[in-house]
Amino acid sequence: MATENNVNDLPLPKKNPLSLQIDLSKFEKATDEEKKQQDVMSESTTFFKDGMRKLMKNPLAVGSIIVLILIILMMIVTPHVVPYTYSQIITVDGKRDTGAKNLKPFQYSKMEQAYIAKGGKVFPHVMGTDELSRDYFVRVVYGTRVSFMVGVFASLIVGIIGVLYGSISGYSGGKTDMIMMRIVDIIYSLPDLLVIILLSVVFKETLDFSKVPILQKLGANMVSMFLVFGLLYWVGMARLVRGQILTIKENEYVLAARAIGARPNRIIWHHILPNCISVIIISIALEIPSAIFTESYLSFIGLGVALPMPSLGALASDARSGMQSYPLKLVFPALMIVLIVLAFNLLGDGLRDAFDPKLRK
Amino acid sequence: MTKYVVKRVLLAVVTLFLICLITFFAMNAIPGGPFNGEKAKSAAVMKVLNERYNLDKPVIVQFGYYMKNLLHGDFGVSLKTGRDIRQTINESFAISARIGAMAMVIAIIVGIVLGSIAALMRNKWPDRVIVFFATLATAMPSFVLASLLLLLFCIKLKWIPVWSSTSHNYILPVLSLSLYPMAYITRLTKTSMLDVLGQDYIRTARAKGVAGWKVIFKHALRNALIPVITYVGPMTASILTGSLVIEKIFTIGGLGSKFVDCITNRDYTMIMGTTIFLATLMVIMNLLSDLVYKLVDPRIKLE
Repeated sequence: MATENNVNDLPLPKKNPLSLQIDLSKFEKATDEEKKQQDVMSESTTFFKDGMRKLMKNPLAVGSIIVLILIILMMIVTPHVVPYTYSQIITVDGKRDTGAKNLKPFQYSKMEQAYIAKGGKVFPHVMGTDELSRDYFVRVVYGTRVSFMVGVFASLIVGIIGVLYGSISGYSGGKTDMIMMRIVDIIYSLPDLLVIILLSVVFKETLDFSKVPILQKLGANMVSMFLVFGLLYWVGMARLVRGQILTIKENEYVLAARAIGARPNRIIWHHILPNCISVIIISIALEIPSAIFTESYLSFIGLGVALPMPSLGALASDARSGMQSYPLKLVFPALMIVLIVLAFNLLGDGLRDAFDPKLRK
Repeated sequence: MTKYVVKRVLLAVVTLFLICLITFFAMNAIPGGPFNGEKAKSAAVMKVLNERYNLDKPVIVQFGYYMKNLLHGDFGVSLKTGRDIRQTINESFAISARIGAMAMVIAIIVGIVLGSIAALMRNKWPDRVIVFFATLATAMPSFVLASLLLLLFCIKLKWIPVWSSTSHNYILPVLSLSLYPMAYITRLTKTSMLDVLGQDYIRTARAKGVAGWKVIFKHALRNALIPVITYVGPMTASILTGSLVIEKIFTIGGLGSKFVDCITNRDYTMIMGTTIFLATLMVIMNLLSDLVYKLVDPRIKLE
């Protein structure tokens, strides 16, 4: 044996050549540096933290978050900074300035120029004015606000109804599930935009909103759009939630919860839903652009928000009449729509990559 | 398979019935009848008219008559123009169908080509460019796109005359209708192509020495196209609803612009007829694309 010689050199008493006793001379003590390598380098992390870390590494998602924050800031700050409102004709020195029609960006009307020459201060029209002498920048900002709100609320409605329906259907299973899913199938195959158009036409004629101020401001079209979102659009979400619940409810911890006598209600809320909340939030985020699309589409065919409230779709649609002479009026709202929708789409994709358990490695 | 077909057809029939029901009762809920015109008519005349058109019967009976007429292909007459609705639909839909079909064909062909290129050149510059434009195109409502195209090509560059509905200039309408589905198909093809290219049988084909292009066209593309079939149904819906605004923007007298007109005119019978017609078309296309999908891909489990 080759090792025989070495073994004989050892100071340690040798009992048996075949012993597995460790030969200490072959080892050296670890330096401090080497000890450090053994320490746990990364801190313990939660699902949320890990997801956020992944999200922050995705440049597109970070870019969309920044764009969305900027847009939200603009919506909040503008009404406090810009002295114009979305429905009022520009006033100079207390007088209505009807000459301020269709100004170009940063252009001043004659009255304003005279006022400035006198030493008065006029807030610049960042995007010019429209054909009724209203500041266009403010209108675009308000339009963004309306479209944004419509998108967020519509997708929240969709989310709530879809989650409730889907979780009940998925958890109950059996005949209840079958009947509930057949209803979903039928609603799913209805052409949604046509039904929205139809109901908008009907509600415009039949519903009386004069007693409820908020509804009156929104107008019959928006209310019917929310109604239709509540009636029709939730089915996609319901299917998604049901699918999630079907897989999650097979887990042992659900069985354990059931064994100790937890009610279905509690099991769904405390044990099942927290496990599919990421998927739900992602699809709510992806629902927002589609709601904004629908709103702008309806505004275009004249079934959008009530006048004089602007929405991005309505602004773009109005701008078409004077497109030849004032193309910028189309470009601004179009740009806003694209920015918002793109940001939500990319953010939704980023969220999915970061948080969807199916895609996690 | 038979069971599945029966089930899907039944579902489609129920859906169609529901659409008719919703349409009929929605339009019935609007106050005022067809004869409450500008000129007041005497009670006797009203009574005769109501009896003549079965308007004195309960709503549910009226619905029965309406359904019966529908099944005979009779959509009634327009409230505003007095013309036969079916005739109007027949005439105007020919135009819409032509534009829609062109848009569909272009969307499918270009979408598949671009999607395949993106998948085969993954993470190279053609892929990035294609994905960038596909993402951008899905973020733009069709009417915004159409208006911008009009602005760019007709007003700024003056390549195409602005009002060209007479000269059958379909380039811009077809382009703006097809861009969204095209972008969608591109993304769909790319994902499924990447999925297919990673499969074992592609490696087998390559290993036994099949030429590169043959692997792509004969082995990969065939299977990669299956998901595109499922999109044909939704694409019909998107093109039909898109045609409402596109035809309005480009002043094409197709069914889409007729529909928008009758919404603004409150021509209720026309709204009913057109809605039911368009909805039927969408439901049938959905049914067909579902059935073909199951037929083409035997891996899909039949319930």
